[in-house]
Amino acid sequence: MTSRRFTLGRALSYLALAGYVVLLGFPLVWLLSTSFKTPRELASLTPSLLPDSFSLANFRAAIEQQDLLRAGANSLIVAGCTTVLVVLVSVPASYALARFRSRLRGVAMGWILVSQVFPIILIVVPLFLILKQFGLIDSLVGLILVDLVWSLPFALWMLQGYVAKIPAELEEAAATDGASRLRTLTSIVFPLLLPGIAATSMFAFVLSWNEFFFALVLIQDPQLNTLPLALARFVGQEGQVQLGPLAAGSLLSMIPSLVFFALMQRRLTSGLLAGAVKG
Amino acid sequence: MSQHATLDPPVPAPTRPTAPRRRRDRGGTILVLPALIPVALLSVWPLLQGIYLAFTDTTAGRPGAFVGLGNFADLGSYGLFWDSFKIGLIWAVSVTVLQFLLALGLAVLLNMRLRGAAFARVLALIPWAMPPVIIAIMWKLMYDPRSGPVNGILSTLGIIDHNVNWLGDFSTALPAVVFVGVWVGMPATTVVLLAGLQSVDPAVLEAGSVDGANTWQRFWHLVLPSLRPVIVAITTLDFIWSFNEFGLVYVLTAGGPGGKTMLPMLFAYNEAFKYGNFGLAAAMGVVTVVVIVLLMFVYLRAQRRAAQ
Repeated sequence: MTSRRFTLGRALSYLALAGYVVLLGFPLVWLLSTSFKTPRELASLTPSLLPDSFSLANFRAAIEQQDLLRAGANSLIVAGCTTVLVVLVSVPASYALARFRSRLRGVAMGWILVSQVFPIILIVVPLFLILKQFGLIDSLVGLILVDLVWSLPFALWMLQGYVAKIPAELEEAAATDGASRLRTLTSIVFPLLLPGIAATSMFAFVLSWNEFFFALVLIQDPQLNTLPLALARFVGQEGQVQLGPLAAGSLLSMIPSLVFFALMQRRLTSGLLAGAVKG
Repeated sequence: MSQHATLDPPVPAPTRPTAPRRRRDRGGTILVLPALIPVALLSVWPLLQGIYLAFTDTTAGRPGAFVGLGNFADLGSYGLFWDSFKIGLIWAVSVTVLQFLLALGLAVLLNMRLRGAAFARVLALIPWAMPPVIIAIMWKLMYDPRSGPVNGILSTLGIIDHNVNWLGDFSTALPAVVFVGVWVGMPATTVVLLAGLQSVDPAVLEAGSVDGANTWQRFWHLVLPSLRPVIVAITTLDFIWSFNEFGLVYVLTAGGPGGKTMLPMLFAYNEAFKYGNFGLAAAMGVVTVVVIVLLMFVYLRAQRRAAQ
């Protein structure tokens, strides 16, 4: 309605939007371009935005760096196991949270909120001591358990929302038809919950794949480095020549989370927006 | 949170007999148990133990004895800790405020249905998907004193006349790190504010423009007040998240140069895992929680007063 009257304002708006796009996008483009540059170009004192020639040497170097490859395998083990455990544990729990109104529900929801804002430094020292008692320091098992606990709050919150969307009448109908409780769950609830489980497991995978703090504290053996850990330790010994492989390794290790967000971004924004409009 | 409320299952009628409900609850407990055990063991128990540790002189080498408020007395005269605390406050406040202002601007633009807004929205989500370690690596490339584009662009524009070592210089390290913090957190804040903007009742704005209010007046007197609850919630969360930040700054500067970017979490981490003073580090954690809770209490109360 005001577009015709405020053409100057609109032009300024486009300018501002362009500014934001540059601010948000430029560092990403730079990371991308650095990863394709040759060592000689990286050493240049007048760097250009686009590489002179697209070289895959950095990617080769990053992959051939035994550390990064092994770290990738470790990350895959940790994130994979965490995801499986999160799903196994949170499917029944979220069903109970969504369907049964008990005191447990209030406590669980309160804990989910608190755990989002609690400083992990207070937890990490005793956690370290506890895991040490069980011999789970410098062990991927220990890291998997911690990642499980760490991704559970959000996983539960997400999944119980999906459960709540399944009409309870469906289950009641199945029960009336003589299906046992277990059978109702396996043949009615579970299939309807699959999209929710898919979303939750992707989320758990990415959270564990990206996790850094606990890995830093719990893993000292370089053989057991996860990807973020390997990259962070790589930074510590970086020379000018290493910037390229570092950028390439970063890009490669981002692929799972980018795929996840490509799949989820529509759902993420629309879900948030829908919720706000309704509320 | 409003989304969560709308997802709640229908409340069972309160007139239901209590006996079957109790049985249902027991079934619920069994289902929750596999989640409850790891959480109790590795989240709630460590938390309680962490609070207890703060009152002991435990070190990496040996389990400590109960020392009462000894650690807190030590912290009182531990100048470096309070320096770090001050840096943490400067960092958290500036990140929260700048992030809010920039995110509000972007949210308003995205809400105007400009061409290209969809692209900007997807772009704004990418920092969200990136692990902090990689964001830190990316900005180390950006700030690189020899070949980083930050120096390149600023010297082309004539703002600086020699290359600055942004992350290594005493005076620029903290601002440079704050800038990265803002870049990282802006997307999430933008999405929340955008959701708030889209829930502003268009009829109210219509009425405003009928009454002769211009765009700016409508924004200031109609849009902002109705956004207030969203703004209070997201700035509170942003502040807490910023204060608890670790990975980003650990990789960017590791607290340097000369402790200029030593956030409290980094300080406590070093105290615990570099020097092995577990009890003292736990006490730092407790102090941090208490201060955050107090600050949030004051902030939320001031906001509530202002709203009335």
